[in-house]
Amino acid sequence: MATKAARELPSQELILPGTRSCAACGLMLTYRHALKALDEGKTIVAVPASCMTVLHGVYPITPVKVICINNPFAATGASVSGIVAGLKAVGKEGYTVVAFAGDGGTYDIGIQSLSGALERGTNFIYVCYDNEGYMNTGTQRSSASPAGAITTTTPVLAKLQHKKDMIGIVEAHRIPYIATASPAFPLDLYDKFVTAKSISGSRYMEVHAPCPPGWGFPNKDLIKMGKLAVDSGIHVLYEIRDGKFSLTSRSLRLAEKGRKKSVADYVVGQTRFRKISDEQVRRLQEFCDERWEELVKRHNKDNG
Amino acid sequence: MTDIRIITANEAAAVAASLCGVQVIAAYPITPQTPVTEALAGMVESGELKAEYLTVESEHSAMASVIAASQVGARVFTATSANGLLYMHEMLHWAAGSRVPVVMACVNRGVGAPWTILNDQQDSISQRDTGWIQLYCRNSQEVTDTVIQAYRIAEHVNVPVMVCYDGFVLSHASTPVDIPDREDVDRYLPRWAGVPGISLDSCMNVNPLILSEPRQFPDGDLMPGYMDLRYRLQEDLVAALETIETADREFESLFGRSWGGLLWEYRMEDAEHALVSMGSLASESTLAADDMRRQGLRVGVIGVRAYRPFPAGRLVSALASVKTVTVFEKDISYGYGGAVAMDLKAALFDTELRPRFSSFVAGLGGRDVTPEQLVRAATAAITEEPVHGWIDVRGR
Repeated sequence: MATKAARELPSQELILPGTRSCAACGLMLTYRHALKALDEGKTIVAVPASCMTVLHGVYPITPVKVICINNPFAATGASVSGIVAGLKAVGKEGYTVVAFAGDGGTYDIGIQSLSGALERGTNFIYVCYDNEGYMNTGTQRSSASPAGAITTTTPVLAKLQHKKDMIGIVEAHRIPYIATASPAFPLDLYDKFVTAKSISGSRYMEVHAPCPPGWGFPNKDLIKMGKLAVDSGIHVLYEIRDGKFSLTSRSLRLAEKGRKKSVADYVVGQTRFRKISDEQVRRLQEFCDERWEELVKRHNKDNG
Repeated sequence: MTDIRIITANEAAAVAASLCGVQVIAAYPITPQTPVTEALAGMVESGELKAEYLTVESEHSAMASVIAASQVGARVFTATSANGLLYMHEMLHWAAGSRVPVVMACVNRGVGAPWTILNDQQDSISQRDTGWIQLYCRNSQEVTDTVIQAYRIAEHVNVPVMVCYDGFVLSHASTPVDIPDREDVDRYLPRWAGVPGISLDSCMNVNPLILSEPRQFPDGDLMPGYMDLRYRLQEDLVAALETIETADREFESLFGRSWGGLLWEYRMEDAEHALVSMGSLASESTLAADDMRRQGLRVGVIGVRAYRPFPAGRLVSALASVKTVTVFEKDISYGYGGAVAMDLKAALFDTELRPRFSSFVAGLGGRDVTPEQLVRAATAAITEEPVHGWIDVRGR
C-alpha cells in the first residue's frame, strides 16, 4: 500500500551525518529514502566514478552503512553482473544488489554495460540519479541535460538537443519494472524502492535529482525545484510494471484534475537557463506537452 | 590412470580452468581466443562445470564482471586477445589495484591498426605496467599446468595473473597433453577463502576514494594513502618472484613436471652465447641453438617465463659467463626497442657483466620466423658487430 505520511517511513537511517555531498544534494536525499527501503547487511551497492563516490566518503571513513563496491565509469552494469553471479556461485543468498549511477554514467559512458546487464535479465536494481549533467566534474553537458541549459561545455549557445529518451531505451529491454521518482516526493520514491525490491529480475529507476550548484538555484529551493519539475511535466512520476504503465503521486493527480505549471515557471529560477530564448522555452514546452499527452494516454489505456 | 588428450592450447586452457573449479567466467569473443570461451560455455551448459557463465557485451565488461565476482568471493576466469586486451586496459589496472586474484588467458595476437588476427606479443607487452603477473608458455602442456599454477600464485599474493600463449602457433595446434588428475589439482590448489579484508557481513567501501596522505580510522589506526597502497602492490609483485618459483617446485613434486619457474634454460651449462626469448619463439630458438652448435658456436637458450615480475636476478645468474646475448622478441616499444631487450639490458647494467648485446624484433602480425633466420641473425650478431634490428622486413 502507498505510504501516506512521512511518519510511516522506517526510522532506519543507513546514512549517518557527515557525508561529503554538497549542501541540499538531490542525490543525498534520494539515497537516504532509497536506503530506508533496503536492508542493512543484505544490500550491496555498486557505484561508478560520480558524485556518489564522493558522497560515500574518503577512505577509511564512510558515512554509509551498506556495502559499496566502486567501479570505473563505464563498468557499472558489468560490475553488478559479476556481483550477482559471484554471490550465486558461492551460495550467498538474500542480497539486494543495487547500482547507483548518475546520468553521465547511465545515458552516456555506461549505456553499453547497462544494456548488457538488462538484456541478460540480471537480478538487480539500477538507479539512475539524473542531475542532468556531469556535476561531479563541474557541470559539463551530458545527453540528459535539457535543451536550453548552459553547461561548461555548452557555454555560449546552451544545449541544442532535447534530453535523450533513456527510459524508452531501457523499456525496449522488456524488463519487469521501471519507475521514475523524485526526492521532492519521498513517499512515492520510497514506495517505488519497496516495490522494486520485491520483484526479481532487472529493475530500472530514474530519479530526477536537482543539483543546486549545477543548476544554479539556492540550496533552500531543492524541494521547490523538484516539485516544479514534476508540476511542469519536465519530469513525470510513473511506473511500468510488466509493461503496464501507471502515473503515480503528483503526476497522477495532475492528470486527473490538476493544471500543469508552465516550463517558463520551471526555468526562471535556475541560472543554467539564463540564456534560454523565448523560442527555446516554447520548444521545450512543446517537447514536454507532447510527452505528457503520450503518457496520460498510455496511463488511461492501461488503467481504463 | 593417465589421461592423455590431443588438444590445442585453447582447449588446454579451458580444461585447466575447469579443473581449478572456477566459479564465474565472463568472456567476450575475439580471434584466436574464441575456442577457450566456447569450450567453457559448453562445459557450463552441459553441467560438467558448475559455474556462472556471463556472455558479456565487451572485454571491458568481461574484466569488470570477474573483478566484482572475485570481490564477493568467487574463483574467476576469463580470456582474451589483442584489441580485446587493449579494451580491458582500464580494468586491468583496476584488477591489480583491487588486489583480486583474477586469472586470464591471453592468446597473443598482433593489435590493429592495421588489422591482423595472427600472432605476436604486442598485446600483452602493452599491458606490462598494469600490475599483473605475466607468464609466457611454450606449449599446450605448459598452458595447462600454468593456468593451475596461476591460481596458486594469484591467490597467494593477491595479484592477478595473465597466462600468455601464442595465437594460432599454440592456440590452434593440437598436441598431446597429460591432463592432471582432479584430486591432485584440489590438493595443489586449496579452496580459496576470498579477498582478505573483504567481508560481506560488514559494512565496507571497496575501492573508495583515497587521498595521498594516510588518514586515521576513528579509533586512531593510521590507514595507508594511495601511494602506500601502490608501494605494497610493487612489493608484493617483487615477492611474487619467489611465489612463482615455489608454485612451480610444488607443482613438480605433485605432478612430476617443472616449467622452470621464472625462466628455463637450454644447453646453457657451457654456453658462451645466449639466445633469450619468450613463448613459442623461445622454443624455436632451441632449434637455432642446436644448429649453431653444429657450426662450432657454444650457444644456449633462456626462455623467459615470467616477464612481470621481471626475473632480473635469475637472468643475470644464468648469463654470468656468456660472451654474447641475443634477444628475439615479437613486440616493440615504438621509438626505442624490444621490451625484453630493454629490461634485460637494464638488469645487466646493475652488475659488472657486459656481454655483447644484440636484439631483434621478429614475427610481428604472424610473419613466419624460421630457425634458419634466427641462426643467420644470431651468427652475424655474434661473429660481427652487435646489432639492434628486425628480422625479415620486406617490401618498399
